[in-house]
Amino acid sequence: MTGGRVAVLGSGMHPWGKWGKNFVSYGVVAAREALRDAGMAWTDVQFVAGGETVRNGYPGYVAGSTFAQALGWSGARIATNYAACASGAQAIDAARARILAGLCDVALVIGSDTTPKGFLAPSGGERRTDADWLRFRLVGATNPTYFALYARRRMELYGETEADWAQVKVKNARHGLNNPNARYRKEVAVEDVLRSQMVSDPLRLLQICTTSDGAAALVLTSMEYAKRHGVADPVTVAAVSTVTPTFPQTVVEMPYLATDSAATVAPPERLFRDAIAHAALEEAGIGPEDLSLAEVYDLSTALELDWYENIGLCKEGEAVKLLHDGDTSLGGRVPVNPSGGLACFGEAVPAQAIAQVCEVTWQLRGQAEGRQVENATVGLTINQGLFGHGSSVICVR
Amino acid sequence: MPEAPVPAVDGWFDTEPEPHLIGARCPSCGTVAFPPEIFGCPNPRCESFDDLERVPLSRRGRVWSFSVNHFAAPPPALSPEPFEPYAVAGVELAEERIVVLGRVAEGAALDGLKVGDEMEIIIEPIIPGADELVWKWKPVNA
Repeated sequence: MTGGRVAVLGSGMHPWGKWGKNFVSYGVVAAREALRDAGMAWTDVQFVAGGETVRNGYPGYVAGSTFAQALGWSGARIATNYAACASGAQAIDAARARILAGLCDVALVIGSDTTPKGFLAPSGGERRTDADWLRFRLVGATNPTYFALYARRRMELYGETEADWAQVKVKNARHGLNNPNARYRKEVAVEDVLRSQMVSDPLRLLQICTTSDGAAALVLTSMEYAKRHGVADPVTVAAVSTVTPTFPQTVVEMPYLATDSAATVAPPERLFRDAIAHAALEEAGIGPEDLSLAEVYDLSTALELDWYENIGLCKEGEAVKLLHDGDTSLGGRVPVNPSGGLACFGEAVPAQAIAQVCEVTWQLRGQAEGRQVENATVGLTINQGLFGHGSSVICVR
Repeated sequence: MPEAPVPAVDGWFDTEPEPHLIGARCPSCGTVAFPPEIFGCPNPRCESFDDLERVPLSRRGRVWSFSVNHFAAPPPALSPEPFEPYAVAGVELAEERIVVLGRVAEGAALDGLKVGDEMEIIIEPIIPGADELVWKWKPVNA
């Protein structure tokens, strides 16, 4: 199912942090950075795909339009995509589809968020038919509660310990030290992690990512346009996986309170997270052994280990060995989260999947100063959004 | 007199003859789902458009995983004052092969909780004194 490619000509971010400003201001900075990086003008853009934020009122619901107006109405067509943490990948997919369909040559993808302090919570009001509202009301099931359920499974199945997971934080903190867009740029020791407050047992504060303000943007173009623009060897998007689960979904996923029943139909060959990666690799026509690096969604340290196995970097249960052997550290066989990951960024929901692709773009161009993966040619990003949204992008140069 | 607590959601559980969750069952392929408020059989290869039947689910299952939360969840979650840590368990119902999340019952010892422990459903106020009832998981050997 190998599809056509589009070029990534521009990549830009507004640094992650807790800035407390209007989300539109970050998005505009990221968009201008991406356009500057591409050597293009805003008026060259024919299509704007915005990642939706649900925390910033109506302007957030119509993010594509909001950014188009903020940059100055130019008549560009727009779309807004919501898929929770996968919103960015869906926006990339919308832009790519429009380019590959021949409906435009130049698209700008933007995601930006301003987040509140503390746990992410559902929108206000009383909504007893909304699974997201109900999981808080009935069960008190926060996002870290779900991360903790998965983490404890790893303890149970593979005998992993808090100290094993803490090594993920230590690695990512080291990776992010020199990343100018990262919010946290400080070494962390295993003892710091193990001394931090218990949040959702077995996960402590430093085993879970925080929420952040931030924005990321990409300029995507047709291959033909890139050539005309004088870029003979651009980073290209080789695959975008936005798959949904296959029945029966046997892992309980946010925001649901139960799995499907596996009593009448056998579980699928690939569980959801495996299927997200598989669809991307298949579309790109490569295997996990071809990856130079990966940016994975380390909502928790233990979840980063799940992704190693989901992608196929190692067999089930062997992720800690891969980590301890240094394979996923800078300088190792396949560095994971060279950007520092969510451990150093915190999550800015609609921007995060786009930010992952920004990092891969810089890595494949050899511009990731202070965190460069040597001779990187193929990078994969992966995450998932609640309500069954898959998100994985493969870039090749 | 405060009013008697009522179910936080209608039709998801019942206390008679014994506390149990209510599932929806497809009369054609037999697939059972929880919660029962769904809009047709969840099996994508089932061609049936028949109305789903309401069925009681197994009252017991085993812990698939669990977490003890040391911080209060934000609204609309309910939290006691002062806050007390609470546990959330995913319990796999053996017959239906469904994992259902629920709070662990008030007063259950959280220290000894283990994956694989047998749990039984009870119906309780969401937190002590709350006027909304919910299902919870209670360790069988506690």
